[in-house]
Amino acid sequence: MSEPILRVRGLTTTFGDGALHAVRDVSFDVMPGEVLGLVGESGSGKSVTLRSLLRLLPAGGRVAGSVCWHGRDVLAMNEAELRGVRGGEISMIFQEPMTALNPVLPIRVQIEENLRAHTKLDGRGRRARARELMDLVGIPDAARRLDEFPHQFSGGMRQRAMIAIALASDPKLLLADEPTTALDVTIQDQILKLILELRDELAMSVVFVTHDLGVVSATCDRMAVMYAGRIVEEGAVADVFACPRHAYTHGLLGSVPQAGAERSMLLSIEGTPPGLARIPEGCAFNPRCDFATDICRRTRPRLAEMSPGHHAACHNAGAVAAAGSPVRRAMRDG
Amino acid sequence: MIVAAFPQFFAPYDPLAMDYVNLLAPPSAAHPFGTDNFGRDVLSRVLHAYTIDMQIALFATLFPFLFGTTVGAIVGYVGGATEAMFGRVVDAVITFPFLVLVIAIVSVLGPGLMNMYIAIGVVGWVFYARIVAAEVKVQKRLDYADAGRAMGYTHARIIFRHLLPNAITPAVVYWMTDMALAILLGSSLGYLGLGAQPPAAEWGVQIADGKNFMATAWWISVFPGIAIVITGLGFSLLGDGLAELLRGRR
Repeated sequence: MSEPILRVRGLTTTFGDGALHAVRDVSFDVMPGEVLGLVGESGSGKSVTLRSLLRLLPAGGRVAGSVCWHGRDVLAMNEAELRGVRGGEISMIFQEPMTALNPVLPIRVQIEENLRAHTKLDGRGRRARARELMDLVGIPDAARRLDEFPHQFSGGMRQRAMIAIALASDPKLLLADEPTTALDVTIQDQILKLILELRDELAMSVVFVTHDLGVVSATCDRMAVMYAGRIVEEGAVADVFACPRHAYTHGLLGSVPQAGAERSMLLSIEGTPPGLARIPEGCAFNPRCDFATDICRRTRPRLAEMSPGHHAACHNAGAVAAAGSPVRRAMRDG
Repeated sequence: MIVAAFPQFFAPYDPLAMDYVNLLAPPSAAHPFGTDNFGRDVLSRVLHAYTIDMQIALFATLFPFLFGTTVGAIVGYVGGATEAMFGRVVDAVITFPFLVLVIAIVSVLGPGLMNMYIAIGVVGWVFYARIVAAEVKVQKRLDYADAGRAMGYTHARIIFRHLLPNAITPAVVYWMTDMALAILLGSSLGYLGLGAQPPAAEWGVQIADGKNFMATAWWISVFPGIAIVITGLGFSLLGDGLAELLRGRR
């Protein structure tokens, strides 16, 4: 196995003078060419985790731990080094392509801004590269569309343009923050395919934040499930879907409607995720958990290896595994 | 306006030429706007004053616009203590009526157009800065500002290339209104003898010249007054038009 390109250890993000922990002690690796999915409900800390990797936090946010990128700790970098990494080596795309694009600048300018910041291309080189990128992300009639403004693009085209900007300087890691959530289902599929194609073509890795398990099964190699700021289960997508070891993952998988299967009860997880200020003692999931026992209310389970490459933090992993996967094979296969 | 932009071609008389035969002549075919107490043609003076008043409109507002916008963008982006400090400066300035401050500064520096520009500049930039700072504060929270940071752009680049074009519209509109106000202010100061100095043709000066003859020769003051109103209205409409145009681009 090759070396991971990104090694995250003990990532902890706090807000308001350390009073609120949005992310607690999160560790994971990203391998070259791999697509890692970060999954969880709203408020589970997945987006904050992603932003913490590049220290892109709103005022008052503090990140601790280490984010090791090619032997350098992103969290310890000075401003200039950090700017070099952001957008150049590690790039990011956002959920809402309408607001993530600058409304008053033509797409060409926005692509060239990235090139200006991270490459030594001259004006002509930047022009040519912008053209090339538009073709790369599948925007037809590139020459004309380059001079258009974001509001002249449809939702899917905007996300493609966003991807073109993010990939302008050949990053080796793409951070995608729910890039398809705001799009139509058919467009979602196109964008996901595009990201996977580009992953192969540009030999980059992708960290994909989503709450959509369908997206995970369609695109990711490995997945990490987050709950209340911690990773509760992590492993290859096929393993996790086939045999979830954490009660929360089990519940998540059970709540996905499945086409093609005979009608069955759609399971939901009762209650809502806890607020950051009121995370319950023991396992954070215990008040909502069907498998909860006494120990779950007292001590927090540690992330432990269940089978090779498959970790979970659940006292009752055995019982959860015995309950079997709520996902039918049909869905896993595609 | 075109006629007024090139007074030397259109104005029937030299604005400074005195004609002692035709003192305080009412409007007639030879002098459509009449003549003033020195026998100068009012029409010619109104047209010539246009150039000076346009200069006032431009120079009195250009520095405040540029400087205020720059400061405002930085203050809005940085926020925190800088913003708090800036807030106190704004408070200090807006506590005093604008005209009083300007008059105070001009009286210290001495009357004249240049000193008037300086006085208006020293006070006026604050208003632009306040407008732009407020707008940048809103813009910097939007996703595209985050995206700019995620792409590794420098702060200066994000402020001036990405945020400012989105934040500048209200400042541009205010600028247009301010030009109209600057003309009024220039005229007021001219009227008070602190701006353009006689015998230069300037609308405010002209109105001041005419005030002693209001009862007998209303035309000396009324025509420059109408010119001020029309120009001010023109700038306001221009500002509205620009606002519409800039909004249309989004």
